[in-house]
Amino acid sequence: MPPSQSPPSRPSPAPGAKPRRHAVAGWFTEDAEGGPALLGSRCSACGTYAFPKETFSCRNPRCGSTALVEVPLSRSGRLWSWTDNRYAPPPPYVAGDPFEPYAIAAVELEREQMVVLGQVARGVPTARLEVGAPMELVVETLFADDDAEHVSWKWRPVGEAVAARPRGAQRPGGERG
Amino acid sequence: MSATGFEVAVLGAGMHPWGKWGRNFVEYGVHAARAALADAGLAWTDVQFVAGGDTVRNGYPGYVAGATFAQALGWSGAQVASTYGACATGAQAVDVARARILAGLCDVALVVGADTTPKGFFAPTGGERQQDPDWLRFRLLGATNPVYFGLYARRRMALYGATVEDFARVKVKNARHGVVNPNARYRKEVSLEEVMASPVVSDPLRLLDICATSDGGAAVVLTSMAFARRHTTRPVTIAGVSTVTPQYPNTVIEMPNFATDSAVGVALPDVSFRDSIARGAYEQAGVGPEDLDLAEVYDLSTALELDWYENVGLCKPGEAEALVRDGATALGGRIPVNASGGLASFGEAVPAQAIAQVCELTWQLRGQAAGRQVEGARVGLAVNQGLFGHGSSLLLKV
Repeated sequence: MPPSQSPPSRPSPAPGAKPRRHAVAGWFTEDAEGGPALLGSRCSACGTYAFPKETFSCRNPRCGSTALVEVPLSRSGRLWSWTDNRYAPPPPYVAGDPFEPYAIAAVELEREQMVVLGQVARGVPTARLEVGAPMELVVETLFADDDAEHVSWKWRPVGEAVAARPRGAQRPGGERG
Repeated sequence: MSATGFEVAVLGAGMHPWGKWGRNFVEYGVHAARAALADAGLAWTDVQFVAGGDTVRNGYPGYVAGATFAQALGWSGAQVASTYGACATGAQAVDVARARILAGLCDVALVVGADTTPKGFFAPTGGERQQDPDWLRFRLLGATNPVYFGLYARRRMALYGATVEDFARVKVKNARHGVVNPNARYRKEVSLEEVMASPVVSDPLRLLDICATSDGGAAVVLTSMAFARRHTTRPVTIAGVSTVTPQYPNTVIEMPNFATDSAVGVALPDVSFRDSIARGAYEQAGVGPEDLDLAEVYDLSTALELDWYENVGLCKPGEAEALVRDGATALGGRIPVNASGGLASFGEAVPAQAIAQVCELTWQLRGQAAGRQVEGARVGLAVNQGLFGHGSSLLLKV
């Protein structure tokens, strides 16, 4: 697959290590004060938020303003619901071999009054996921290929220990017709 | 029942059995169309307007389904339209045909939908598609359709104390209904234990809680009421069609989105999106949930069927589990749901599914649903929802 565009990586990779890239460009930042944050948009006219960020026109049907600014979203929220994936999704998901099941969290952000999905950080037992409990945003590896380690945002229960580094390299997904 | 002036008749209904046949979807559509025409007592050349439900999985001919079916049936010069609204595709096709009939532009319309599906999870279109949210939700989250179903199911557990056993009860009921349906793909009863012991796909949902993807085709012949009365004394009518979109802000996460709308600064709408879907059909038909004799609801998962009970007004929020536990929604109960066997017995053939719901209601309202008949049924509701914010609901009566 073509490499994704990426803002400057951090921390700097060790010599010889794979470059670290954002799995999607411009959806989250690791440079905000206080830690990583999703990048959404806020309408300067009516105050409504959107994620991923709206760049063209406010989605409030009674607004329609084009004065939209990029803003970091709340770094934490409450778990609205969660589930997991026990079977490898089809491409373009890049599944490891062997496939590692993972959980997905829907987290309600209080200030933005919206629910945002994300994978749950690796190594968090699903027994630690409780609807209503506080969750926080982290950035970790989504998949690795020959060129880079591709990182993305994930949710983690507040107070959960930092996950271990990912296990060995994963293979990229197969070609699709 | 008084006519609202916006009614059309379902003069014919036909299906190709659901299964995993692996043949061209056009074949299923043509089979269903011919069955519907035979049921109506009309010839293909009597059809003045064809509405085809598009399929995204079958390439170029699937995207132009109306013309594809018309060509396969033999070019007749009929006017044509093709529609797409994901799972709501069939309702849109019915709505377009209905509008043309009500406008007086034609008397006889044929609506056809059919699909051939791949094995396993539905996947987005291939390639590198960084602007396509359907592609991105797989790439960045690995969020398959069952992931969204799992999120809704867990939310029911958290809000209302639903259990895995409650979900399994829905499957047991629908499988029992489907046993006698000749068009169903799965015609075998299952036990609560079998459902709960099937492999977890997206916790709390098991394999048998989640509908399969199927091949199938469905068609209906719609006519003006005046035309129908020349052919039958007791026409089944479509009295309401709802193809509503959400009202901002939609605060429930929808496939394939990454987030809900933000409720900052904008008051919540009076009704949620899912509640608004059937409401649109009720209002057009001048009936309410208390008038229903049966309902066909879109059981993509067992837990979603429970959500629908509440969304279409069969009970209050949080009471759906009691309905299925008490057998109220089983055949013989107060308000049978998915007498056809539902998606649990059919699996999903996307562009055909809303049309298949119309077929089942038509047969039920005529008293022809052998082995699964809801006795004396006069009013039936179908409800469904398509990816990207497509409502689908039809109200049929006789």
